[in-house]
Amino acid sequence: MNVQTWTYLIVGVTFALYIGIAIWSRAGSTKEFYVAGGGVSPLANGMATAADWMSAASFISMAGIISFDGYDGAVYLMGWTGGYVLLALLLAPYLRKFGKFTVPDFIGERYYSNTARTVAVICALIVSFTYVAGQMRGVGLVFSRFLEVDINTGVVIGMVIVLFYAVLGGMKGITYTQVAQYCVLIFAFMVPAIFISIQMTGNAIPQLGMGGTVVGEGNVYLLDKLNGLSTDLGFAEYTSGTKSMVDVFAITLALMVGTAGLPHVIVRFFTVKKVKDARKSAGLALLLIAVLYTTAPAISVFAKTNLIETISNKEYASMPQWFSNWEKTGLLKFEDKNGDGKIQYYNDNSTDLTFLAAQEANGYKGSELTIDKDIMVLANPEIANLPNWVIALVAAGALAAALSTAAGLLLVISASVSHDLIKKMINPNISEKNELWTARGAAAVAVIIAGYFGINPPGFVAAVVALAFGLAAASFFPAIILGIFHKKMNKEGAISGMVVGLLLMLYYILKFKFGIFDGGKEAVAGLKDSLWFGISPEGFGTIAMIANFIVAFIVNRFTPEPPQEVQDIVENIRIPSGVGEATH
Amino acid sequence: MSEKQKNATAYWKENLRYLLILLSIWFTASYVAGILLKDVLNEIKIGGFPLGFWFAQQGSIYVFVILIFVYVRLMNKLDKKYGYDE
Repeated sequence: MNVQTWTYLIVGVTFALYIGIAIWSRAGSTKEFYVAGGGVSPLANGMATAADWMSAASFISMAGIISFDGYDGAVYLMGWTGGYVLLALLLAPYLRKFGKFTVPDFIGERYYSNTARTVAVICALIVSFTYVAGQMRGVGLVFSRFLEVDINTGVVIGMVIVLFYAVLGGMKGITYTQVAQYCVLIFAFMVPAIFISIQMTGNAIPQLGMGGTVVGEGNVYLLDKLNGLSTDLGFAEYTSGTKSMVDVFAITLALMVGTAGLPHVIVRFFTVKKVKDARKSAGLALLLIAVLYTTAPAISVFAKTNLIETISNKEYASMPQWFSNWEKTGLLKFEDKNGDGKIQYYNDNSTDLTFLAAQEANGYKGSELTIDKDIMVLANPEIANLPNWVIALVAAGALAAALSTAAGLLLVISASVSHDLIKKMINPNISEKNELWTARGAAAVAVIIAGYFGINPPGFVAAVVALAFGLAAASFFPAIILGIFHKKMNKEGAISGMVVGLLLMLYYILKFKFGIFDGGKEAVAGLKDSLWFGISPEGFGTIAMIANFIVAFIVNRFTPEPPQEVQDIVENIRIPSGVGEATH
Repeated sequence: MSEKQKNATAYWKENLRYLLILLSIWFTASYVAGILLKDVLNEIKIGGFPLGFWFAQQGSIYVFVILIFVYVRLMNKLDKKYGYDE
């Protein structure tokens, strides 16, 4: 069977499975809709959290980014896993004990203020929308390449599926669908990785194969070989990277703290029964995530080595089928600048002048290949000549990753609107039945907006991902931490901290990502030297978070302490027993 | 301070001590070994891995997973000790 038939078959079966689960586990009450009834087992919750967390970015983009960034790619690996340690140790158990439906709910109650709640709702909405638009784009990408439908049709199909199970099932439907999606995506990620690891290093465990020797080349280590290939082409050594240490540090910290502050991740810990289960399920979630996150850097090494060996200085006419398939999508571009019919791929922005002179002496007129990082994972099985069903499996896995995350985010959006905004602020007397319908309506509207962004991706989607993490780091994380660990933190301190963190983050992104204050996008490259402490916008969440903490402490000193009953609440959430079910 | 409150305060203190220890390990495995001391550690090789690179792209993640499970065990014991187990 050819790739396309396999893809239709595997994607069709998995979609039927998701829909079946959604019908079986549809939500009947607001509690089931928001927190799956609060009775999910730690293992199921761990799997759902893992699927929720691992998005199109983790599945499709991350290994690709690492294969081009080498060592620097570690910021994503450490940043997107280390946050779970913070989550498990500092947030999850206490938030579960507190027992509310949403993150703005916690902030609103703990800081006895609707202003705090509103700031939190705004942050939750910005973060979630930014994120969900990226997922829809991922769905469109996979559909257009593997099912050869129009990218927009792909987005619409994705929208209908998510709409169906998120709106019908709420958190309960999503949780059990995500369990299935975790299985699909991890299987789809591991199978090609294992195949390629055996092919290249003779070791079936990719995590070890990455550090092993190359098959048929004696005692040459794969990483040494890739370092050699990279420097020959004028790039930095793969295991060294190019970013400054302070930037790597700041980005890693911003991503970790941002992860721990993301509302769609936090809310998952409201779905288990006890505090004990919340701790355990954070551990299980990270274990399940780590399977993918330790395999991804191995895939990066395999894919980069394979890619360079397949294309570098080879005849364009002799390229395999996958090359022209990806050219059609526009994600791979070849331009024969010197007309020799061969593909020259090297670092033509190198600062090494003798290297550039040598390339010129060879008759090269610049690098001729433009590779979109996103294709590395998707094209990897084809580059390595794996069977057709493996290629189809990767497509199904990428869809599972994108859909599961999109669904989780849509739920946060709908809960923010129906619960935090309407029930808590606009119409407190709304009946349970009406609230449930409002939640469903909000989810439906959110899907449509997300789909719109997927079809007409605003140029800023990639740029605002930094903003999503930065905002979570700069606003939620300090407010929640202080809410738990600083009994006397009052609303004035928390609110001013969040507002300062939020504004500072926005200012930095607007200045250094969009060049708003210096004459537009063209100015961005020229601002590199004026970055604060040499920290790129992706890592600025770290600084904004510190600013939040400092402002909160200072304001707190000069304003009245929180009422006794709030301090009692804090005392109470520090003790794990006597947990109530999540309530309004 | 009532007996109940004393119990709660003691529990919280021990909890904070665990957090401090576990978070220092978290910081050491990622920020110290994977970033700050990366160049020094890269001089040491384990198989094909320069050690600093290994910590940054593999080792730190293993440490994170282990840390959470250690925390779960410690806290379950602590809950029992103070009678908060359920």
